[in-house]
Amino acid sequence: MSGEEFVPLSLTPMLIGVLAAVACALPGNFLVLRKQALIGDAISHVVLPGIVVAFLITGVVAAAPMMLGAAGAALVSVVMIEAIRRLGNIEPGAAMGLTFTTLFAAGVLLLEQSDTSSVHLDVEHALYGNLESLIWLDAIGWKSLLDPVALAGLPSELGRVVIALLGVCAFLWLFWRPLVLSTFDESFAQAMGIATNRLGVALVMVAALAAVAAFDAVGSIIVIAMFICPPAAARLMTNRLEHQVAWSVVFAVLSAVLGYVFAGYGPLWLGFDNAVSAAGMIATVSGLILALAACFAPHRHRSRAPVV
Amino acid sequence: MSLELAANMGAAPKAEIPSDSPLAIRGMTVSYGQKPVVFSVDMTVAEGSMTAIIGPNGAGKSTLLKAALGIVQPLAGQALVYGKSLKAARHRIAYVPQRASVDWDFPTRVIDVVLMGLYRELGLLRRIRPHHIEKARACLERVGMTDFADRQIGQLSGGQQQRVFLARALAQEADLYLLDEPFAGVDAATEKAIIDVLKSLRSEGKTVVAVHHDLTTVRSYFDRVFLINTRKMAEGTVDDAFTSDNLNQTYGGRLATGQIDQLELTAG
Amino acid sequence: MLWNALTLQLGYNATLVTIGATLLGIAAGVTGTFLYLRKRALVSDAISHATLPGVGIAFMLMVLLGGDGRALPGLLIGAAVSSWIGLLCVSWLTGRTRLSEDAAIGAVLSVFFGFGIVLLTVIQTMGAGRAAGLESFLLGATAGMLFNDALVIALGGALTLVAVLILRRPMALLAFDPEYAAARGINVGRMDLAIMALALAVTVIGLKIVGLILIVAMLIIPPVTARFWTDRTDHMVMISGLCGGLAAWAGAAISAVAPAMPTGPIIVLVSFGLFVASLFLAPNRGVLAAYLRHVRFQRRVHMRQGLLALAQGQPIYEAYTVRLLNRAGLAQADGVPTEAGRARAAKALRDEKRWELVRADQAFESAAALYDGLRDIETVLTGDQIAEIDQRIGGPQGVAS
Repeated sequence: MSGEEFVPLSLTPMLIGVLAAVACALPGNFLVLRKQALIGDAISHVVLPGIVVAFLITGVVAAAPMMLGAAGAALVSVVMIEAIRRLGNIEPGAAMGLTFTTLFAAGVLLLEQSDTSSVHLDVEHALYGNLESLIWLDAIGWKSLLDPVALAGLPSELGRVVIALLGVCAFLWLFWRPLVLSTFDESFAQAMGIATNRLGVALVMVAALAAVAAFDAVGSIIVIAMFICPPAAARLMTNRLEHQVAWSVVFAVLSAVLGYVFAGYGPLWLGFDNAVSAAGMIATVSGLILALAACFAPHRHRSRAPVV
Repeated sequence: MSLELAANMGAAPKAEIPSDSPLAIRGMTVSYGQKPVVFSVDMTVAEGSMTAIIGPNGAGKSTLLKAALGIVQPLAGQALVYGKSLKAARHRIAYVPQRASVDWDFPTRVIDVVLMGLYRELGLLRRIRPHHIEKARACLERVGMTDFADRQIGQLSGGQQQRVFLARALAQEADLYLLDEPFAGVDAATEKAIIDVLKSLRSEGKTVVAVHHDLTTVRSYFDRVFLINTRKMAEGTVDDAFTSDNLNQTYGGRLATGQIDQLELTAG
Repeated sequence: MLWNALTLQLGYNATLVTIGATLLGIAAGVTGTFLYLRKRALVSDAISHATLPGVGIAFMLMVLLGGDGRALPGLLIGAAVSSWIGLLCVSWLTGRTRLSEDAAIGAVLSVFFGFGIVLLTVIQTMGAGRAAGLESFLLGATAGMLFNDALVIALGGALTLVAVLILRRPMALLAFDPEYAAARGINVGRMDLAIMALALAVTVIGLKIVGLILIVAMLIIPPVTARFWTDRTDHMVMISGLCGGLAAWAGAAISAVAPAMPTGPIIVLVSFGLFVASLFLAPNRGVLAAYLRHVRFQRRVHMRQGLLALAQGQPIYEAYTVRLLNRAGLAQADGVPTEAGRARAAKALRDEKRWELVRADQAFESAAALYDGLRDIETVLTGDQIAEIDQRIGGPQGVAS
């Protein structure tokens, strides 16, 4: 494939897919280890009502208010889950399910009630995004990467995903030690003076940041899949957290690239002439990777003390 | 009339708590829901002593430790560490939680767990240097776990896991060691190794407080006891406080008299 | 108009759908209770998302075989098969690898859902227009439903409810105490499977009404609501069924008269309304009741500790305790006891001493078990017993109580 075709049509969607996948997979490692994997599920569902409310308030479909609305909804959902769990003494899974279905239902209802027919805002889009449309029309080939005029025409989603990824990396780099400590042994961390509750909320908010930026570009299926599948597969590859995180990045990148390629070119190879959903295919590939890891990865079984 | 009555009942007003006591707990009450687990407990730990916290299951032993460390929120009461607030003196405490409280399937190695004990020294971003690793290895050496430094923690036996936890506490280089059931479910060799380390800590002038279950070993392991059953039942040296009367009261008749006689025997 | 809908006077289809939804709501509430009690509420999330590839494959198969791809029974069978496979994947991942259940659920739901979306985009290219309607499985749609589809839903709802009612006793036994249930000869594994199968049936039949994203709410919210009102499994099952039925009935009826109000979200929001009311107002477990109880309890603890400190001449460390004593007229603002305070303190200390004896004496073992540091001794012992204890304590008698 020539650069003239690849750079404008495939480079940016692929890059956005990869960055979004990595931004979600990184915090996903901790969510999976803390048995909070489904927080990712909950967050990605509540993004819809956040965006709808932002639209109703501002009346425009613009990135900034929608991101804020989505982040606000994520915060509301986290607070709501915690409140329901503590106030009602309800197990976390049920509190989560209750919260995200209710907020999602409210979002759908608001959407149906408001006049959004003139704008591109619908539930399907929220669920599986539109990665394929994030093309770079100003590019004419590889050399456009050095052309400031062309670079100015990069899809704005790219910039947001980059910022989110940087934010996630900065958070993990800065709070790596207390995060590891409080994930492994909460009471010891508390005895050390670490504010484990606040750290837990911060982790979820960082995950929400990644989810919102990724969602904007690729829809919520990828978000859930990338929060869980690459870290879960990575856990089966190694018994060291640093290595697990590295593997999860590898798997996230692999899922995004292969998923995008299969979605765009797979049908052509099979003789069909239409591409299929890239977001769905990326999630599917991440699932295949997890399945392979679950069958063959070196550390797939629970470790046991050797018989002495 | 209250003072006379109090004197009559042998509950004389207590002397002020010495301000340099490693751990002084006053009026501590903790409840889960509507049931107080620890009620209005005072405790004064003597410097350089080894104290066993003893009581039946659900008597609030672990909860008392956790409340003193600020891990659970008390309903009332406070704890002072070396005469200072917990916040100001946290660096002087090392804590060994119950082994069962963590997920041993966590992807980490033995040496990494011991390095967690250096958290206050390392902070958020300081790099781990060779001398930190040296220190962690020395702590593992003290508990006889050097050969396991690179093992994944899930591949250890219960006793080995407990030793790793103790090594992590040693890495904290604290003055006061609080241990929650360090001997629960460990093999005999580990029990010996742990008690040897604790005794050597005492001989270095450190203070040790452990929640303890096995009444038969109290006399040989500890020099002070703290008996608790929601309320404080007795506190003092083993000779003064570890009596069949106090035990009867603490365990509320749940110990057969024969058992207590046996304990007295081991004393002799 | 709404009244007509609620009372089922709005035409065949709407009536059938409303009846079906109500029956399904009851079945979902009851089944959900057992899922909740087995702590597997979110498994339903995996079940529902895993239906999508089945719907897609069933559609394609039916088209390839020359039929109408949209035949509801075929689509529902496809949905059931693929979500069953999803369930198997969850239990395989948790059983065979070190992954925990939440990670397995999340992985299965996202991957199956993603694959389902891939299939939907394939179907869209198979022939324009023919796929229209499959998207309705995402969010549910009852408006303009065919008579046959409505019939399928009503019958499915009724059958599921019957199955739930038949199995409710062994399921309740299992939820309450698995070991006892096993001892009674119930095959625990098979019963868990039955609960899963019922959850699956509810999900599949509810797909067309509520949609696969929101169907979980019908299984999760009613049992959580019911939990606030009772501690008994059988009552919880009934209340949960009632809440589920009520929400589904209201949802189906409202959306029958107002097509812009989609059924699924309305059902979920009505359910949530019932939940919020219960969360705050339930008499025993409700937030309001619990808060009042906590405040009273904390006050009792501080009062008692304060009185004991006064009796023993110890300083009171906590400002709140002093304030409470002061407000009750038992101490001055600086913590020095008043006359009344001295008397009450003496009584408190005497009760402590009495308790001490009670707890040391095996003869009082049952009374001693009630000791929690706060309970008045008069509530567990008779006057004679207290007199007997006072005899043993000796010292001054006749403390004013």
